[in-house]
Amino acid sequence: MAEHVAPAAGARSGIWSWITTTDHKRIGILYGVTAFVFFLIGGLEALLIRLQLASSQNDLVSAETFNQLFTMHGTTMVFLAVMPLSAAFFNYIVPLQIGARDVAFPRLNAFSYWVFLFGGLFLNASFIAGPILGADSLSVAPDAGWFGYANLTSRAYSPGFNVDFWVLGLQVLGIASLAAGFNFIVTIVNLRAPGMRLMRLPVFTWMTLVTQFLVVTAFPVITIGLVFLMFDRFFGTNFYQVSAGGDLLLWQHLFWLFGHPEVYILILPPMGIVSEVLPTFSRKPLFGYAVVVYSGLLIGVMGWGVWSHHMFSVGLGPIPDSVFAGTTMLIAIPTGVKIFNWLATMWGGQLRFTTAMLFALGFIAMFVIGGLSGVMHASPPADLQQTDTYFVVAHIHYVLFGGAIQGIFAGIYYWWPKMTGRLMNERLGKTHFWLGFVGMNLAFFPMHFIGLLGMPRRIYTYGPELGLDSLNLVSTIGALLIGVSILVFAANAWWSLRHGETAGNDPWGAPSLEWTISSPPPAYNFSVIPEVVSRLPRWSRTQMRAIPDVPPEPVHVPGGSFWPVIAALGIGVLATGALLHTLWVVLAGAAVLVVAIYAWAFEPFEV
Amino acid sequence: MVSDQDAASQHAHPGTGTYLAVAAVLTIITLVEVGVFYVPAFKAVLAPVLITLSATKFALVVMFYMHLKSDSKLFTLIFSLPLLLALGVAIALLFLYGAFVRG
Amino acid sequence: MTHAHVTSTGLDSRKLAFWTFIGSECLLFGSLISTYLVYKGRSVRGPTPHEILNIPVTSVSTFDLLMSSLAMVLALAAVARGDRVWARVWLAATAFLGLVFLGFQAYEFTSFVHEGLTITTNLFGSTFFTLTGFHGGHVAVGVVWLLTLLVRSFQGKLGPDKALNVEIAGLYWHFVDVVWIVIFTVVYLLQ
Ligand SMILES: [Cu+2]
Repeated sequence: MAEHVAPAAGARSGIWSWITTTDHKRIGILYGVTAFVFFLIGGLEALLIRLQLASSQNDLVSAETFNQLFTMHGTTMVFLAVMPLSAAFFNYIVPLQIGARDVAFPRLNAFSYWVFLFGGLFLNASFIAGPILGADSLSVAPDAGWFGYANLTSRAYSPGFNVDFWVLGLQVLGIASLAAGFNFIVTIVNLRAPGMRLMRLPVFTWMTLVTQFLVVTAFPVITIGLVFLMFDRFFGTNFYQVSAGGDLLLWQHLFWLFGHPEVYILILPPMGIVSEVLPTFSRKPLFGYAVVVYSGLLIGVMGWGVWSHHMFSVGLGPIPDSVFAGTTMLIAIPTGVKIFNWLATMWGGQLRFTTAMLFALGFIAMFVIGGLSGVMHASPPADLQQTDTYFVVAHIHYVLFGGAIQGIFAGIYYWWPKMTGRLMNERLGKTHFWLGFVGMNLAFFPMHFIGLLGMPRRIYTYGPELGLDSLNLVSTIGALLIGVSILVFAANAWWSLRHGETAGNDPWGAPSLEWTISSPPPAYNFSVIPEVVSRLPRWSRTQMRAIPDVPPEPVHVPGGSFWPVIAALGIGVLATGALLHTLWVVLAGAAVLVVAIYAWAFEPFEV
Repeated sequence: MVSDQDAASQHAHPGTGTYLAVAAVLTIITLVEVGVFYVPAFKAVLAPVLITLSATKFALVVMFYMHLKSDSKLFTLIFSLPLLLALGVAIALLFLYGAFVRG
Repeated sequence: MTHAHVTSTGLDSRKLAFWTFIGSECLLFGSLISTYLVYKGRSVRGPTPHEILNIPVTSVSTFDLLMSSLAMVLALAAVARGDRVWARVWLAATAFLGLVFLGFQAYEFTSFVHEGLTITTNLFGSTFFTLTGFHGGHVAVGVVWLLTLLVRSFQGKLGPDKALNVEIAGLYWHFVDVVWIVIFTVVYLLQ
């Protein structure tokens, strides 16, 4: 077998091979590891927040630090953890599920990763960049909240570098997401193996396609919102200047026009993962495959018509409020449809409660709770009571931790053997699940009451007369439990890489294409391009032709390229120059970018 | 799976005659637009007339110069879905900002 | 990169990606134009659009950009039939007309500044310069792209097998043109 890998074997070891890699599997691993590190950082920020709030009148961190912590926690978890963790699966799994040897544009894929990495480093550099920038404090991290409402973000109210880091960091990360969006849409539409018709695509791949459609349409909107903010701050324009006639709500509209589709960008991939895991461990095809796919598409379109439910309290008037309340309640229907499909999939199945299955079940249970509290504040009068309180914090954490993160963990436990060739430890896995499950409910369920009893979000401390000390302490204990569960996961991963049982091609008896090849797959994925004859190739009576272990003829594997990382570096330098207001740095970054683009375009690179 | 032959047929672009005709129509419409702008009699219907004319120009360029008329329908889908979203967003924002309220 | 792969749809991946990109750009310019519209008439001080916008000059530059689109399709047709001379003529013409458009824009911007409208003066200035500046930036990128193709042609590396490269550049160029069609109506004529 080794001889067939030979063309690229020399280039497939050592640090440079990772820096120049264009292999979707390696890029997937890079995404996963990087995003996990950012997830840990975001988690530490959350623990500090919870420790500060564990009791009333606490002074563990200052008010300013607290602002930075909740801003960076939200920004990190959304843009640097959940999105790129999903991207790890897009990269690693989607080409395998459609029977392709790579993505449509391997170098663009590498570029996306490096831009994401530099964007994440840029944002987090703000924690220690103070002295270099001549600020009074070590940390000049963003501090205006993850949705950065105008005019809190204006020069007048945020004169420091904090908001500059946020604006520029998000712009950089947007480039990474957009590039990946184009790449995966084309990959899924154009690189399917023969016989892999659209209605044979695994649900995870379908949800990836819908997600990327949302990415390429929603990100331009926040890009423009951020450009306005950047121009206001850097050049003195008037977009969010009330004195010049500007409207602060414009930012809210542009942000939430992006922000609500973003919610589906975060949740649809985990929904796709759950739709893979549940059938496998129920030994039953997904109930109503077509309905699940169509409801995903419907969510993708309807997700564009609900954004102002984030703005009920600004007083848009009775007609807009009613319209957005209506659309928001309607979008719960396709979401609810999926839940019933998952439940019906398990009905009468041979259930196996592996760790992946537990996380998938946890996803459903927690997402239902988060979904229900979401429908509650779809009603404007209820929302007026709940908005800006811990009730909303409870809601988003049931959706994004109980939902998205648990879905992602289901995916990690499910596909880990495919990616590493080794099984994870089930006992440690179940410990991770139960600790996390109990911790999460301890941390987030009390927040419903904390919020309804009147505690606003984003305050660094509260008085004992509120009577919320014990509920807050419970919440903090829950957060610590979540932290412990993540440590158990890390130990499990470490253990598996050293001592884990060899997985074989298909440890779960799963139906889809990625399980037909070895674990981890060879550089070229499929020794011959499979011919797909049914939606569940490994479960169907009509067997597809077996995929030989050794390629019958040599397979061309594209080599690496330096230019994606250099182009990404150019963008990083450009953002740094803008931060420093130094023209020559901006120009240097732009020059590097242009050189890299030309070198890239004219580099001989055979896909 | 589509063969190479089919793939080649997607390049059946219109000929030079069509291109010139489209350019002529675009020029005429632009002249009419500017003309309408300066004629006081059109004041009342200026907006609908101009929007129709500009939409016609938009459609002509997209259909003939960008070949959507003769090219794969998939390109049309991939272009028009975001275009309709953008249009919907613009109309919704104008509505929210009271642009359609008289007086 | 040079040989065409057989894809699931039979469509070229780069062209498909580019149409996706254009779809994405619709939302980018959609947000800019929407902002211009919702902020129209909200400036607390002048100059206002009808005090300052120069319709005759902009009509000429609009015509110029429309003609550049004609030159672009003729360039593509010439490249596709292997006519090197006319390919160069029309590519150069497209780039030249693009530069003329940028010249008009530079003239317009400087004369506005002289008349007291900058990007910071009022809401109209902020939205106008940002919207038309974004469009002008796109035109500038297009000119560089076209000049690159022209150089490739002079190097003898733009044969009929590379017609797709020209077609994609053309898609970009025409899209920038249709965006201007919208801007001309929305900003200049519908004051
Ligand atoms: Cu929402």
